[in-house]
Amino acid sequence: MALMNLITAINHTLDLAMAQDESVVVFGEDVGLEGGVFRATVGLQEKYGQQRCFDTPLAESAIVGSAIGMAVNGLRPVAEIQFSGFVYPAFNQIISHVARMRNRTRGQRTLPLVIRMPHGGGIRALEHHSESLDTFFGHIPGLKVVVPSTPYDAKGLLLAAIRDDDPVMFLEPSKIYRAFRQEVPEEDYTIPIGKAKVLKPGTDLTVVSWGAYIHEVLKAEQILQEEGIDLEIIDLRTISPIDRDTIIESVQKTGRFVVVHEAARSFGPGAELITLVNEGAFLHLEAPPTRLAGFDITIPLPRGEHHYFLDAQRIANGIRQVAHF
Amino acid sequence: MLIQEYGPLKGQMLQIMDENGVIQKPHLVPELSDQEWLELYKAMLLTRSADNKALQLQRQGRMLTYAPNTGQEAAQVGPAAAMGKQDWLVPAFRELGAWLHRGVDLKTVYLYWYGNEYGSHFAEGVKVLPIAVPIGTQVHHAVGIAMASSIKGEDDVTVTYIGDGGTSTGDFSEALNFAGVFNAPVVFIVQNNQYAISVSRQKQTKAETLVQKAVAAGIPGILVDGNDLFAMYAAAKDAIDRARLGGGPTLIEAYTYRLGAHTTSDDPTKYREDSEVAEWQPKDPLLRMKAYLINKGVWSEEQDAALSDEYGEYALAVFREVEEEGDPQLEDLFKYNFREMPAHLREQYEQYVQYLEGKVK
Ligand SMILES: Cc1ncc(C[n+]2csc(CCOP(=O)(O)OP(=O)(O)O)c2C)c(N)n1
Repeated sequence: MALMNLITAINHTLDLAMAQDESVVVFGEDVGLEGGVFRATVGLQEKYGQQRCFDTPLAESAIVGSAIGMAVNGLRPVAEIQFSGFVYPAFNQIISHVARMRNRTRGQRTLPLVIRMPHGGGIRALEHHSESLDTFFGHIPGLKVVVPSTPYDAKGLLLAAIRDDDPVMFLEPSKIYRAFRQEVPEEDYTIPIGKAKVLKPGTDLTVVSWGAYIHEVLKAEQILQEEGIDLEIIDLRTISPIDRDTIIESVQKTGRFVVVHEAARSFGPGAELITLVNEGAFLHLEAPPTRLAGFDITIPLPRGEHHYFLDAQRIANGIRQVAHF
Repeated sequence: MLIQEYGPLKGQMLQIMDENGVIQKPHLVPELSDQEWLELYKAMLLTRSADNKALQLQRQGRMLTYAPNTGQEAAQVGPAAAMGKQDWLVPAFRELGAWLHRGVDLKTVYLYWYGNEYGSHFAEGVKVLPIAVPIGTQVHHAVGIAMASSIKGEDDVTVTYIGDGGTSTGDFSEALNFAGVFNAPVVFIVQNNQYAISVSRQKQTKAETLVQKAVAAGIPGILVDGNDLFAMYAAAKDAIDRARLGGGPTLIEAYTYRLGAHTTSDDPTKYREDSEVAEWQPKDPLLRMKAYLINKGVWSEEQDAALSDEYGEYALAVFREVEEEGDPQLEDLFKYNFREMPAHLREQYEQYVQYLEGKVK
């Protein structure tokens, strides 16, 4: 066991994966010599050489496109996109090829690759450094989409992602890269992709969230506990494929549902989750299933971003209304 | 024509003033008076002072992230000065000298790095687009603006900037190609400051120079000492004049060096040697121009120190205003996505206002 934060856990996991499997290669902008702008890949080039951990030219489409080729040809590439807001040049590759190769070739060619990227906001960064893209990726058939919320989960999920024979978008909440440390076992373990986790059982209301927001939800839980509202909190962990059963089972028990996410409200992941709840637990509902999400606006620059991102108070406020409906 | 002599495949770099501030190619010095050169030097000095002030404020926790320009002022002020009044500027994000010279006021620039959207809202009539953070994307806009000028039969020229890292993007190659195909009156300036964050120019492309990328697109290009104000002005003037007369696009590689960090979040000692920085320090474009002006008898160290202080104080005063007024109006976060706020968005806004006023329990 060692104490790790999210970023050191990711670094440790990449190290472990590279040590175990020679086909794992890690690359992206500033990933090699510098070890990544967030230092996720620090030390890997020194340890595994420039063939396996390297800097690329500034070209996201080429980063993802070449990862496709490497995966076709027997490697397990782990590509880093420097910030989620800079993945757009690679969308063509992701949507047209990453997500489709297996289906297109009727299972003959598969793409065991991982595309990692810092995700979400609240770090007072410049424009395009705060985007939440779980909605976009979740919508594309053929992509798995994972968002860890703790160092422990990040390790288990990242190892699972690297070993998965299908492409995985691995979205790392940059706000909590260094927010807290946790005991993380040194040894190998995986956490299954597609499995949510009940963080706290409760009876009154089901809250689903993921990534950095989980920690705000946990704070909101404290506030509401004092008011006698007993939340069941589920960390979704995988956006796609979604763990339908865990959510439905919970809502059938509590009868109330709130989803909390960073991405803008309209057409966001909340819409999907509420639909699932309506389909699977409609007759158990005692209040309208509700989403607490970003406003339908461009994420503001740092001076205004606190208005966009939900804190524990606002989350508690939203949940309270559903609890008292 | 400079282009004929210094084309991309000639293996030559245009330099007019050497590293000691001595003119080596008098026949190429553009026809400006020493007083005019002094004004351009002052523009570089203002850029440097505003840069230093921003870094200082950032260290005090008063400015957010900042991307410094130190060492690249000639590559910015030279072309900006060579532009005509009606011309367009389409920046990347590290061209403070050019923005200021083209009429963007320092307060607006500081507001941007302070984290307020009004930092992209320029005074009426300023033909400058906002900073484009997604690397490489802006060059297409420049080509489009230039194409529009041609289509409308106007003779405006568009000048656009990109970094050495940016030349690796697909957008860059596509834009050069478009510009060539449509003979767009556009001038691309690559500020080759040798780094894209930690990735050195050598790792960015196997091409010997960046300017040779013009060859494949079939457009003229020229490699220029980016720390030589005379050369940057001359090359840009040449390209802009040609574009205005219907001669089409040009690619200029300004060979320069980022003396500071990538941004205030970056620690360059992780990826480059101090000795390398030390080698470039004496090539500082301000030192060279100052030496030239002092030699000419139109400037002195004393005047320089005094003006530098004055600019520093000015920059601080401007920043104080930004600190006072820099927080956005809440409604502004909602009201600019569309001409009219759609009903659902208005509802989101109003509910949030009620929450802030404590009306929602
Ligand atoms: C499409 C895209 N990818 C990555 C980034 C992150 N990033 C910001 S600046 C930068 C390096 C840019 O280098 P260069 O074009 O040489 O310009 P310079 O910073 O040297 O002025 C990177 C990778 C970005 N802004 N946009």
